[in-house]
Amino acid sequence: MSLAVKPCLDIRSLSAVLANGQRVLRSVSLSVQPGEVRALVGESGAGKTMIGKAVLGVLPSSVRIVEGDMLLEGEDLGKLQPKARRTLIGARTALIPQDPLTALNPSRRIGPQMTDRLVRILGWSGQRADARIRQLLDEVQIREPDRVLKCYPHELSGGMRQRVLIAAAFAAEPRLIVADEPTTALDVTVQKQILRLIAQLQRDHGTAILFVTHDLGVVAKISQKVSVLYAGKVVEEAETADLFAAPQHPYTRALMAATPRYTDPLASLKPVDEAVLAGLASEIAAADQAWRRPHG
Amino acid sequence: MDEGRARRRGVSPRLWLAGGWLLIALLAAIFAPLVAPQDPLAQDLMLERLPPFWIDGAEPGYWLGTDSLGRDLLSRLIFGGRIAFIVAFAAAFAACLVGSTLGLIAGYFGGWADRIISRIVDVWMAFPPVLFAILLVAVLGTGLSSVILAIAIIDWTRFCRVIRAEAMGQSRMDYIENARIAGYGRIGIMLREVLPNVVPSIVALLSLEMGIAVIVEAILSFVNLSISTDDPTWGGIIAEGRLSIHQAWWVLVFPLITLILTVLSFSQFGEALKARFDPVLR
Repeated sequence: MSLAVKPCLDIRSLSAVLANGQRVLRSVSLSVQPGEVRALVGESGAGKTMIGKAVLGVLPSSVRIVEGDMLLEGEDLGKLQPKARRTLIGARTALIPQDPLTALNPSRRIGPQMTDRLVRILGWSGQRADARIRQLLDEVQIREPDRVLKCYPHELSGGMRQRVLIAAAFAAEPRLIVADEPTTALDVTVQKQILRLIAQLQRDHGTAILFVTHDLGVVAKISQKVSVLYAGKVVEEAETADLFAAPQHPYTRALMAATPRYTDPLASLKPVDEAVLAGLASEIAAADQAWRRPHG
Repeated sequence: MDEGRARRRGVSPRLWLAGGWLLIALLAAIFAPLVAPQDPLAQDLMLERLPPFWIDGAEPGYWLGTDSLGRDLLSRLIFGGRIAFIVAFAAAFAACLVGSTLGLIAGYFGGWADRIISRIVDVWMAFPPVLFAILLVAVLGTGLSSVILAIAIIDWTRFCRVIRAEAMGQSRMDYIENARIAGYGRIGIMLREVLPNVVPSIVALLSLEMGIAVIVEAILSFVNLSISTDDPTWGGIIAEGRLSIHQAWWVLVFPLITLILTVLSFSQFGEALKARFDPVLR
């Protein structure tokens, strides 16, 4: 038995295909250590969200995992019966969703909606769940818990709803939280507060987070490690500080060059170079060819 | 926010007018023997084709006049309301139960369940509804229960289609995914998360369907296929009124007005209820 800490999440060469055989995840490997924030960065359609959904067991039915293992605290998700897998995922993970507007049930009040999971899934008493929810609402700086708990989701602003969802995600003390672009749907001024809250709660609770984003600025602020994703393939993986100091892969460098800077917004805006994309395309084609040979 | 609350609780004229008419008609039907001024079946050839009260020659106690057999029109309308309401409630609830359940299953589970249920609905809707109803009653035999059964058999598809579409839309929402991640079972999610969000639509449809059931019952009575007893029905009165339209227009006009008001009230009442109870709309 090794002395190394068991990773909270360990994904080993995960590949997934669409119904038409097109590969959407290309032998993705990444791990998240306990208490660590791993950013998953890439442009739209790179498969970031797909990885999050695969971990949480909610892939759309059109996507099929054809290869690879996912280990949640050492337990191989692929080897578990569906029911046991659901229970394990439900008890140890949570999602902070992208769109707070549709992530709360519009016809149920916030209070019951938040406590329901603790009571029904984890078997807590109603009193304990209520106390826990109130504590978390306090941590996400909601000042009037009594009013908020009685509200319907549409009576709260987007920022407030995202706070509620963050509180709900941390309430059950999950080991791993998947944060799927949690600030994208929000106002720019609110984005910063929400990001700070997530970082704060992450530190206080020591929860590992797989943080999906397309925003390198967010990556720099919140994560310790980064995986850069392109077309379902991890092209670079590094400590966040190292990545920003010395990006290795040409695509990572191009991505950084394409990030606007507040000091000189127009001059520094550069689209990703054609040559870089061409290089990536041949890299992926070669990888697919090598992958298809043993898989028919 | 307080303004929104005030508006929400404000009086909606649509709700009160429609609800008011339905309440009056329903109470009159329930207490028909107490409310009706005359015996609806008593014939008196001395009193045939009396005009309504504001026209010369009207007889006190016969407010809306009499038909060609001298029977009091108002009393017949009140007693006719009994059958109309029984059919409306029973048929609409039966259609709602079957249609909403299948619609919820098709919309939430999708896949094979959806394909099978949707095909059945397609086939069902290819039948012309009124002819289908007449055919069913002809097969089942006349009588109150076969009228109710016929309407439920025909109209469950209305619920099924709408609830399927709504359930499908709700099932794509992130809160459903969140519930799945949390570890809820499929049936539990369907009943606890999806169902409450389609209830406003079910309520609106239920009310609309009651109006439609009233019309279908009137059509069946009109072609003499509804209730084989002597009990007056709105459709039956309209059929009789049609024969004496030139001598006594009121025998045709008043049941028509009653029918239209009732059907309109049912549909408006449903819409107003939906607007009031939908947490997003209100």
